[in-house]
Amino acid sequence: MNEPLGTGGLILNEPLLWHKGKKGRTGMSIPESDVPAAAIADDLLGPEVPFPDLSEVDVVRHYTRLSQWNYGVDAGMYPLGSCTMKYNPKTNERQAATPEIASAHPMLADVLCQGTLRMLYELQQHLATITGLDAVSLQPAAGAHGELTGMLIFHAWHRSHGAQRHKILIPDTAHGTNPASAALCGYKAVPVPSDSRGMLDPALVASLMDEDTAGIMVTNPNTLGLFEEHIREIAEIVHAKGGLVYGDGANMNAVLGVIDAKKCGIDVLHLNLHKTFSTPHGGGGPGAGPVCVTAQLEPFLPVPRVIKDGETFRLENDRPQSVGRVHAFHGNFGVLVRAYSYILTMGEAGLKKASQLAVLNANYIKEQLKTVLHLPYDRPCMHECVFSDLWQQPYKISTVDMAKRLIDCGYHPPTIYFPLIVHGAMMIEPTETECKDDIDQFIATVKTIAQEAAEQPELLHQAPQRTKVRRLDEVQAARCPCLIGPVGNGD
Amino acid sequence: MRYLPHTPEEIASMLATVGSTSLEGLFAAVPADCRMTRPWPLPAPKSEWELDDHFRTLAGSMRMDAAAKVLVGAGSYHHHIPETVRNLAGRSEFLTAYTPYQPEMAQGTLQGIFEYQTLTARLLGMDVVNASMYDGASALAEALLMGLRIAKKKKKVLVSQAIHPHYRAVVRAYLQPTAYEVVELDLLANGRTDLGGLAHSGDLADVAAVALQSPNFFGVIEDLEAAGTAIHEAGSLMIACFTEPLAYGLLKNPGLCGADIVCGEGQSFGISRSFGGPGLGMFGCREPFTRNLPGRLVGETKDLEGRRGYVLTLATREQHIRREKATSNICSNQGICAMTAGMYMASLGGTGIRQLARLNYDKTRYLMDILVEAGARIPFESPVFNEFVAEFPRDFGPVRERLLAKNIVAGLELGALYPECTGRYLFCVTETIPKDTLDTIAAEVRA
Amino acid sequence: MKEVEELNLPDDIGYTDDHEWAKITGETVRIGVSDYAQDQLGDIVFVELPSIGDTFAKGDEFGTLESVKAVSELFMPMSGTVVAINSELLDAPELINQEPYNAWIIEITPSASGEYAQLHTAAAYLDLLKG
Repeated sequence: MNEPLGTGGLILNEPLLWHKGKKGRTGMSIPESDVPAAAIADDLLGPEVPFPDLSEVDVVRHYTRLSQWNYGVDAGMYPLGSCTMKYNPKTNERQAATPEIASAHPMLADVLCQGTLRMLYELQQHLATITGLDAVSLQPAAGAHGELTGMLIFHAWHRSHGAQRHKILIPDTAHGTNPASAALCGYKAVPVPSDSRGMLDPALVASLMDEDTAGIMVTNPNTLGLFEEHIREIAEIVHAKGGLVYGDGANMNAVLGVIDAKKCGIDVLHLNLHKTFSTPHGGGGPGAGPVCVTAQLEPFLPVPRVIKDGETFRLENDRPQSVGRVHAFHGNFGVLVRAYSYILTMGEAGLKKASQLAVLNANYIKEQLKTVLHLPYDRPCMHECVFSDLWQQPYKISTVDMAKRLIDCGYHPPTIYFPLIVHGAMMIEPTETECKDDIDQFIATVKTIAQEAAEQPELLHQAPQRTKVRRLDEVQAARCPCLIGPVGNGD
Repeated sequence: MRYLPHTPEEIASMLATVGSTSLEGLFAAVPADCRMTRPWPLPAPKSEWELDDHFRTLAGSMRMDAAAKVLVGAGSYHHHIPETVRNLAGRSEFLTAYTPYQPEMAQGTLQGIFEYQTLTARLLGMDVVNASMYDGASALAEALLMGLRIAKKKKKVLVSQAIHPHYRAVVRAYLQPTAYEVVELDLLANGRTDLGGLAHSGDLADVAAVALQSPNFFGVIEDLEAAGTAIHEAGSLMIACFTEPLAYGLLKNPGLCGADIVCGEGQSFGISRSFGGPGLGMFGCREPFTRNLPGRLVGETKDLEGRRGYVLTLATREQHIRREKATSNICSNQGICAMTAGMYMASLGGTGIRQLARLNYDKTRYLMDILVEAGARIPFESPVFNEFVAEFPRDFGPVRERLLAKNIVAGLELGALYPECTGRYLFCVTETIPKDTLDTIAAEVRA
Repeated sequence: MKEVEELNLPDDIGYTDDHEWAKITGETVRIGVSDYAQDQLGDIVFVELPSIGDTFAKGDEFGTLESVKAVSELFMPMSGTVVAINSELLDAPELINQEPYNAWIIEITPSASGEYAQLHTAAAYLDLLKG
């Protein structure tokens, strides 16, 4: 275990796709035509599409080489705060690829699709159980899509209660997507600063909450990795003024089996299945952001709903109060299958243990690193802890330098410069799937980097040096955007 | 539990470091009245092998198996997926990576997405294509919102009734809480959208954008060029939507026809139907509108030593920076699906996409012809790509049942989506349907 | 980033709390951002400008400056009508970083020239920055 981690070794170069290939090659088996050629009018016919012609081997080599310039959870620790980069089980991939499931068409009669409908129904039930809420829609395709769905539900609910509202409270410890999601529904975001302990203050919420405010969006645990202790009292304040409480469940991995969202006073909660429920992030997506609601809000959930009648499952569209559709079909179904597979594998005890170990890992890192990195909120944390670069500033070392040095040491850096309320933030979320040995090695690495910051700052300024490319010129990329390659091949 | 690596000894030692006496003790900050106290009625945890059994059971309750011949498209298409694409897209270096916020260790994802943006831009005739949206439906809703942003003070958008009904439903949901108005454009008898009103109607000053789908929901190829002229003459932006991007392997692309924004579903490109998701929202526009684009963009730049490299760029449009003034709230997108589509387009090549599109076109025409010979009528006379609407002299229901017994799904009845089309069926023919299946359908119609 | 003492703050212009400056040039007033503003924002990559003829009140947002990871709104130091925009900035936004006082952003005809006297002097602005 003493062998140093890090990058190095064989990195193969590879050109852009359109600098490869030869006209007339093909990388795909296209069936011979078994029907007569049909006529097509000249005015419909387009010019030939200028894609490069590649052989199957060209394609395989190209993407294999590209993949080698990437780093995934399968390669190593990925302690990105608020992203919950836990291990993505292989069996989930197998289940999602089950031929009957992967080939299911979304517009066929219910009677032809009982297996997929049953899976949707059972996943809804399981997520309701896990959150403590009453009803679930699986349609939202990502966390922010869940937030938008939640805001549509807020909007529809207030409309049904006679008066539309125009503002929404959003704490400074919330996720960045919250204000943008609320704005899509015309809500003006009213920021709520957290107190010196990183907590929401009920008195402040009470002073801001009024009858023109639709409610509050609370991320709990918040983006400082702290549990909002006053959530219940805050919910009562908001409810008393006729508002609703939105729970951003992106950080649910901390509290599975610990909190009951309904008891916390939450009316709508979204989950990120690509975080808490182990589905892979795919270099950006797809995710899934189901929304869970209380019984009073069930009529507003998107259609279609999945219903069980006796032993059969069916889709129901006739819901007059529904916000409507938010996805063309049934959401990111393949992602839902993976989460369902995960829940069935983990069971009650496994899921609860996962949160306990996620929190243990984060606190363990916090305790060991707070001697070398400034910890602005020194309290027991949940699944993630937030440090700053305050102690490295005298050496002209900032968070980004430490992050880039971690890359040379073989780790994906933590989330940096978020949350905004911590200057030079470094947000570390180890997740439960990292073992103690690996965490110890990570801690040792960060300690070494903190020492290097004082003794050899140039090493950090120059990092990363062992990757395929070094620091990239983002200013040039934004000043003179080059967003697509040339229009033709070989240019 | 095989995903949880901690031994009891390690837990004890870590708890000691943390200063807690138990795992439960870590949650002291959670008040008692917020606690989950009910037991969970979840099934007992399954071993890997029990899970395989369970999925076999679920698969067994699907009427159609993977070998079924499904002649239904309607926004979700059965195309052959090369094993290379499945295999490469499944590489965990791509699949288990996060959004490429640290570009030095994500050049694979970044170059792959840049190539996807480029090939998609070439296919659609656009100057800029983003790194993906959730699906075709939300892409259309975002395109309309983008059109409204560009047009600033205008409050109305026009949407063709021949756009996928589910897409229009998503548009209504997205725009419902806003002050904007969505007006639907009628159909002509030939199956195309009626744009006649545009040229000589007086109240167009308030129309920010007009959206058409081509091929439209009925498979009909819209006259996009004429539409583009009419829409621009009316002072509006033209949004072209699609559910079947393969069509542009054969047909004139929307950019050539004047579209300002193009959006649609890219599932056809190497992504399995998977009960409707995950798919791929493709989204592009003309260059002057770049800063109004929703979603992520990958751009080319250089590193410290002058080597070519890729980064996420123009991020100031996005939610994490511009917050409530962002061009969209989208964060997670459909990254691996965009990579997959890139791999598929690379596998097909320019020669292959023309050949494959042609094959879809020819087979569709063949089925239309033999159904007409068997007595069916094609109500819309406009040209189609790989879908068409048919109606039958006698009740088609029993014929469809007989075909179902032969593992063939013959079309989608349209009554639930368009009451005026009750008794009409939407058929889709791709390269996956052999001629003898098509002949079997015609024979059953005759029987 | 620069220390407060390193900032260049000319005396012949007026400053706002939001770090814009205004300079009287005959009948018109040129508006830009201070050395402090450009230094805080870092490399400027894009400037969004209003149109000639647009009229704004004092304190109105008239455009934005973008760096790679931040957007900063620009607010009118005085009321007036835009008579010129510095279109050079569209292709070379870095001019604001290089020469914040030469790289004016817009030129206006003020509608209330008395407003100039309400702006901070260089000394008062420096005090503001020192907090």
